[in-house]
Amino acid sequence: MAEPYFNEMYDAAGLRTPYQMLEGWHQNMPAEFRALKQAEAEDLFRRYGITFAVYGEGGDPDRLIPFDMFPRVFTSEEWRKLERGIKQRARALNAFLSDVYDRGEIIRAGRIPADLVYRNEAYEIAVAGFRPPLGVFSHIVGIDLVRTGADQFYVLEDNCRTPSGVSYMLENREVMMRMFPHLFQENRVAPVDGYARLLKRTLASVAPEKCDRDPKVVLLTPGHFNSAYYEHSFLADLMGIEMVEGQDLFVEGDFCYMRTTEGPQKVDVIYRRIDDAFLDPLCFRPDSALGVPGLMNVYRSGGVTICSAPGAGVADDKAIYTYVPEMVRFYLGEAPILENVPTWQCAKADDLKYVQEHIAELVIKEVHGSGGYGMLVGPKSDKATIEAFAAKLAANPSNYIAQPTLALSTCPTFVNEGIAPRHVDLRPYCLVGRDIELVPGGLTRVALTEGSLVVNSSQGGGVKDTWVIAEE
Amino acid sequence: MILTVLHKTRYEFAAPVGGIIQSLRLTPAKSESQRVLDWSVEVPGAVLGTPFRDGAGDYVQTVSVRSPSMRIEVTVSGTVETSDTAGILRGHRERVPPRAYLRNTVRTEPNRAISELVTEVLKDRENAPELERAHLLAAAVAEAVAYKPGATSAHTTAAEAMTEGAGVCQDHAHVLIACAHLAGLPARYVAGYLNATEDGSPHEASHAWAEVCIDGLGWVGFDAANKCCPNEHYIRLGSGLDAQDAAPIRGLVLGGSEEELEVSVLVAPQGQSQQQ
Repeated sequence: MAEPYFNEMYDAAGLRTPYQMLEGWHQNMPAEFRALKQAEAEDLFRRYGITFAVYGEGGDPDRLIPFDMFPRVFTSEEWRKLERGIKQRARALNAFLSDVYDRGEIIRAGRIPADLVYRNEAYEIAVAGFRPPLGVFSHIVGIDLVRTGADQFYVLEDNCRTPSGVSYMLENREVMMRMFPHLFQENRVAPVDGYARLLKRTLASVAPEKCDRDPKVVLLTPGHFNSAYYEHSFLADLMGIEMVEGQDLFVEGDFCYMRTTEGPQKVDVIYRRIDDAFLDPLCFRPDSALGVPGLMNVYRSGGVTICSAPGAGVADDKAIYTYVPEMVRFYLGEAPILENVPTWQCAKADDLKYVQEHIAELVIKEVHGSGGYGMLVGPKSDKATIEAFAAKLAANPSNYIAQPTLALSTCPTFVNEGIAPRHVDLRPYCLVGRDIELVPGGLTRVALTEGSLVVNSSQGGGVKDTWVIAEE
Repeated sequence: MILTVLHKTRYEFAAPVGGIIQSLRLTPAKSESQRVLDWSVEVPGAVLGTPFRDGAGDYVQTVSVRSPSMRIEVTVSGTVETSDTAGILRGHRERVPPRAYLRNTVRTEPNRAISELVTEVLKDRENAPELERAHLLAAAVAEAVAYKPGATSAHTTAAEAMTEGAGVCQDHAHVLIACAHLAGLPARYVAGYLNATEDGSPHEASHAWAEVCIDGLGWVGFDAANKCCPNEHYIRLGSGLDAQDAAPIRGLVLGGSEEELEVSVLVAPQGQSQQQ
């Protein structure tokens, strides 16, 4: 059957290699057994307490995100290419951040417009000229990928601040291993459980130069009202570090300390899961009660490292995204391995002309829009809607960008009748410190509704365990 | 000119507070217009961090008191040799790209009256040199906002001061920044001291003005409140996007109670009497 979408299990030639061992597995699974396992999975997730919204999507914080038991599988060869591409992108994004808070060579060279960077809200004047340890700004880079063909991957967006969701990657695996141990005995699935150890090593590797001992690393959470609070405590536990709130830390002299029952303990590295604006009321929002007053002074004088570095957000802005391939060429002198989704800037006359001529095929978005508002999905809209949108576009072209409608790949997913293809995306988590590390896997989100291309959990999306078959 | 400064800030609390933390920008940085001969920042009973220079070239220092306190007093004293560079900030080491100062804050966001003022003043002057346009804007702000202590508060925005048609140096600086941004010129807020003893005018010795970045010259100070550019009577402490961002003292009291603030600033040419 010829599908318009790339099916990761069955392509034109039939069953694809990475999924061979799963065909018999699901075919031989009686319906009652499946229902039993699905209930067991839900029970496990509830027991672990994973009930948070991914990516700050909002919604009911106590709602379980549906877990689909059918794993998504990559061959080691597919993964090698992805891995090179992801690491390359993470290096380029960090090189960009180092540069724009220093001399801004990429801007001087005319490769990216100055105003896009310097007038960007996420560009923090407070850290201009400051070089964090090892020059690393984004220590955990979450790169959202979609697949459209056997060999075709696109980057949808980069997340350089504090990408969430990695606890799902870890728990999905944990749950699968408990429920189907034989799958992991029969298949060489590369483990992901080294993530916490690598994360801790990454954080420790960027301790300030002033630190002359085994670095003390803590995780700073905004507190239990935050939708990712579970993930914060989960990661802190796995790393064997303290999870703290702003009030647990204080600044004195040139250092930051944690209050403990045995007295103040100096902190060297803070893995923060709160936004820049709330980090330090003496530097950013004065009304923030979540941060640590004086922290930015300690940070800028080299007494503590903050991960990700304040100001890292300027690299993952929607407007900057278009220029990431340019960053790869400019800083690394390499050809980008992963492609961006082609984007037409309607502010440019040529682009606008193309968009107007192909409006029915494209997705058109507001430059500063989010959450799917104010956008047109050409192939899914009727004539009147398209015409109305075309008028808005003509009136204010610079407010819009356009992208092709992506044919997201599908992966078999359990449905009432057995299995059926559903669209998926992928977020791997790349760690950047002294080394660049990537565990083989990531978070696969799946659109559970038939035909839906929207994988957001707020719109009926679920998650899957993501396998990379280990090398022989 | 050699200026001496004695600047005391005292916070008195009605009940003991749990602790105090402040970020100070109270030490002038070297430039062609000023050179520190001697300088000290003292806060009895507090732990002082090592001063460092931030990206804007300003000296920043952390001060904290962790024990219950009834008061905290910050005393700044020193001597600075100043020269008149016609308001141009030269030889000031900084790393922030000027175009980062095109953004507004809540305090510098323009309203309609400010936009109209800019349009009016720059009518037919779109192609005038940047310096000329900046001077025109500064003069227009001085005209539009009368110097009137008490008319505004520390939290007044540029738009509010414009509506009021009156304000103090802080308001003049905010309105001028808003105007400059509309004209496409990077602009920022500067806090410092002013030696105003010569003409005997009643100005506070702690002062504020705006800097506008002019192509070919770099940052140039404009003191709309006094209808001039900073000269040898000015000491520059630090800059920011607005008064809050550039505040010489930004602090937080833990377990706060009612506080009473007492500030005295004396700036005088060396040799003149300094009795309080």
